[in-house]
Amino acid sequence: MKLFPIMGGIHPDYRKELTSEKAIVALPMPATLYIPLQQHMGAAASAAVEPGSLVKKGQMLGRGEGAVSAPVHAPTSGRIVAITEVTAPHPSGLPTLTILLEPDGKDEWAELPAPIADPFTTLPQQIRDRVAASGIVGMGGATFPSAVKLGLGNQYKLEILLLNGAECEPYLTCDDRVMREYPDDVVDGARIMAHALSAPKVIIAIETNKPQAIEAMTKAAAAFDNVTVVGVPVQYPMGAERHLTQAVTGRETPARKLTADVGVVVHNVATARAVHNAVRFGQPLLSRVVTVSGGAVAEPKNIEVPLGTPVSQLLAFCGGATNVNRYVSGGPMMGQPLPSLDVPVVKGTSGILALTKAETKEYATQPCIRCGSCVTYCPCGLVPVEMAAFIRNDKLEEAAKIGVQDCVSCGSCSYICPSNIPLVQFFNYAKGRIAALDRERRKTEQTKALVAAHNARLERLAQAKREAAARAKAQKENSDASGANA
Amino acid sequence: MLLDVGSLAVMGVTLGAVLGTAAKLLAVPTNPLEDELQDLLPGSQCGQCGFVGCSQYAAALAKGNTPITLCAPGGKGTIEALAKKLGVSADTAGHEDKGPQVAYVNEDLCIGCLRCIGECGSDAIVGAPKQLHTVIADACHACGKCFKICPTEAIEMRSIPLTIAGWYWNKPGEHASH
Amino acid sequence: MSIVVDKSGPFTHGSNNVQRTMFTVLAALAPATLFNLWLFGWPAIFLFLVTMAACAAAEALCVRLGGGTVDDVLSDGSVLITGWLLALSLPPWAPWWVAVVASVFAVCLAKHAFGGLGQNVFNPAMIGRVVVLVSFPIQMTTFVPAKPLFSAGAPSFAESLHVTFGKAVSLDGLSAASQLGFVKTELSRGIPVDQSMSHLPGLGDLVMGFHPGSMGETALPLILLGGLFLMWRKIISWHIPVAMLGTLLVLGTVFNAIDPGRFTSGTFHLLSGASFLGAFFIATDYVTSPVSKSGQLAFGVGVGLLTWIIRTYAGYPEGVAFAVLLMNALTPILDQHFRPRVFGRTRKGAPLPLKGDK
Repeated sequence: MKLFPIMGGIHPDYRKELTSEKAIVALPMPATLYIPLQQHMGAAASAAVEPGSLVKKGQMLGRGEGAVSAPVHAPTSGRIVAITEVTAPHPSGLPTLTILLEPDGKDEWAELPAPIADPFTTLPQQIRDRVAASGIVGMGGATFPSAVKLGLGNQYKLEILLLNGAECEPYLTCDDRVMREYPDDVVDGARIMAHALSAPKVIIAIETNKPQAIEAMTKAAAAFDNVTVVGVPVQYPMGAERHLTQAVTGRETPARKLTADVGVVVHNVATARAVHNAVRFGQPLLSRVVTVSGGAVAEPKNIEVPLGTPVSQLLAFCGGATNVNRYVSGGPMMGQPLPSLDVPVVKGTSGILALTKAETKEYATQPCIRCGSCVTYCPCGLVPVEMAAFIRNDKLEEAAKIGVQDCVSCGSCSYICPSNIPLVQFFNYAKGRIAALDRERRKTEQTKALVAAHNARLERLAQAKREAAARAKAQKENSDASGANA
Repeated sequence: MLLDVGSLAVMGVTLGAVLGTAAKLLAVPTNPLEDELQDLLPGSQCGQCGFVGCSQYAAALAKGNTPITLCAPGGKGTIEALAKKLGVSADTAGHEDKGPQVAYVNEDLCIGCLRCIGECGSDAIVGAPKQLHTVIADACHACGKCFKICPTEAIEMRSIPLTIAGWYWNKPGEHASH
Repeated sequence: MSIVVDKSGPFTHGSNNVQRTMFTVLAALAPATLFNLWLFGWPAIFLFLVTMAACAAAEALCVRLGGGTVDDVLSDGSVLITGWLLALSLPPWAPWWVAVVASVFAVCLAKHAFGGLGQNVFNPAMIGRVVVLVSFPIQMTTFVPAKPLFSAGAPSFAESLHVTFGKAVSLDGLSAASQLGFVKTELSRGIPVDQSMSHLPGLGDLVMGFHPGSMGETALPLILLGGLFLMWRKIISWHIPVAMLGTLLVLGTVFNAIDPGRFTSGTFHLLSGASFLGAFFIATDYVTSPVSKSGQLAFGVGVGLLTWIIRTYAGYPEGVAFAVLLMNALTPILDQHFRPRVFGRTRKGAPLPLKGDK
């Protein structure tokens, strides 16, 4: 298959060999599960259970609220201990509403929805409903509710479901292992999703540093004419949605548009497996494969983890971690630092890394020497050095003008910068600040509209009063006059 | 020598004439700054700045004889917008930013007197006589007028806590200020 | 257990850093420099050491005045490059004080007055060179033919000390003009270029460096080797060198074809003067050249064009330093006008049109 080049990008030290040959193992059920009601983009779920209630495995614990949301389910049977604010697995370290579930050890299933016998003859809407009810979100880390994304077939004429098995982040091997161990499930899930999207073709893209995954997937896809497996070059950030679309189809998604605008929808391989389980067995999303790795971890592993398991348990299961410089959730490039080891694994947690100083290579920031590496390696064609200079001087509008909001925060610039300037943090700050200012501006505008309406109403009332007074006066004068005439 | 001096003199006179004419021709008849500044203010006429209303504050700002940090409901965003418009640096040192706030009616103390509703410029309080009043958080811009007028001190101004959705990375080298 | 979150990712980093970059450049310069030090003997070695020491001292002084810690700044290696390039751009037998004046201007004025590493608009080494070139034209245009160390006619250690550190040494008996200077002088005396060229050493000698000139103007194969090494190490890209040398070659060849009596040939432009050193080591200076590849192409073309114009029409025989400085001044503008195309956007910055959109 013909591939297309993508601009920029880097070749970091991948270190996938730490876990790539480690088969997925199941984690023993922890003593308590911490299940946040918000594990996805969009509105938080609302609690559907009370403290003290007994729940079965697969029972819904939180209901999706609104158009973009997802429910959460009980990963095992047990008792709800509390619904309370707990530190979120988020760099802010802010609390989030979380359901505490104490497993009873029986792992008893709730009554699950019936499997959809032949998904390819059911209506796409039914598949989407099942995916929505199963709480499936983008498991590559974006955590966008999958059912919403599967609804794109309604508004767009789609040609290709692009299944993302690039896994371009260093260290992470969870997708690799899923593709090698469950290739048929992934292909089946992908075909079901393509049906839901009304997309005639499925292309499964895998970076060529995963030959066994390519082989397994090719074998699983062999029976289906419309499913193709393609090896894509090892180049970070190949797994970025727009870049993968360009690499495989040559189509460049316009700024501020979706890949669906060029006829492509991208889903992650782990999401496909979750869809398979939801449609074929009625199982909601209860666990996910997490890569626990990093030089500081005694025995790195790929683990099937019940959602809600505290990170500390994963590390303990891997023999603990020593000489840790940084704890990261996700990959080292785009992953987020962990605010605590007590935070739970959620739907978007692809990896837990404990990195040593030798791996993070942190050193003090030096002055920019304008080497231009960040410009050369930016996969989005931006000029990071200039954007950072604007942001440093609080010129956010100028930074926006040269594209800070087109930055995908892939981190290539920070990685390559010889002066170790935290470029991507500048851009993350700028994007957040611009959004916050926008919110403030909208609020001010809204207030002004309300005030204007309020004043107009008062004015109308006053006017009405004046008119009434005038009328009364006129009437009086009239009657006086007529009285005089009489 | 004479040529040099002469040509420079001619150049000076010509350029001076051009500039002078341009200044006349392109002169802006009225000072639009006041209106532009007023556009940046919330317009709720809350008076927390010490002026009667937003237009008076805008006028004072245009004259340049008042700090730009007086608008409490506007918050940091408004200060920065004003600073940019006026071309001054946003010195927020003297400004005590309490962060975003919202009025809250304490149910136990509200007597349903309607005064706050009459005072609210953005119709953010709903209620009926002798009934509990409540604040629509989305419409409230924390001007504090209801807080001041409430006879039973049933209204308090509460900070809106920072949420994960509203959080963002701090600028490198600075501490998170939001 | 809660963890202090003080920075965002990425939590890994490439092996590149400022020191490594700077020292790679020095390593790339080393072969050509060693060859030239041998070629021009003890006076060149003394001058080289004096320049390096003066630059380092000036840097230390400026940093201390600015309240910084001297160790940190000297260790980044950038001042060594400045000193090294400056030494290569001086006539090898120039007196010590020329080197010191150039160093002070290069480091204190061109670099630290602008705010230190990364902030300067102009290439410090070239500022240093140009300041002494316009101030002390005699010392700066007095070249000697190559006299390799230990060869017959080479000055002894003691004589060399006198050349570099002595008072008002006259090199009259020894001096010779560089080829560019020779051709220019002859042309001004009415002798056509094609005639004067025949008195110059052959192309082979020109290439190997057995001719009078600044140290960096000789040993072209070794300079080229250093340049290719830098490209291989991805310290520099091909854009500036190719654009600059290509422009020189094309202009030289075209005009030489039009009037061989007035214009020197393209190959002569390439092989004489500081074309190679300028293309690979001076015009490619990170701080003072554009950051985008398209900007670098434009920059290279500009340097080539200005070099050719200065060499052909201006009073100075060699123009690389002036050309680089003039283009340095344009770098901020080039940076503004030559940006890469943003993903998903047109060159003008509008989102790409969708198929079917008009």
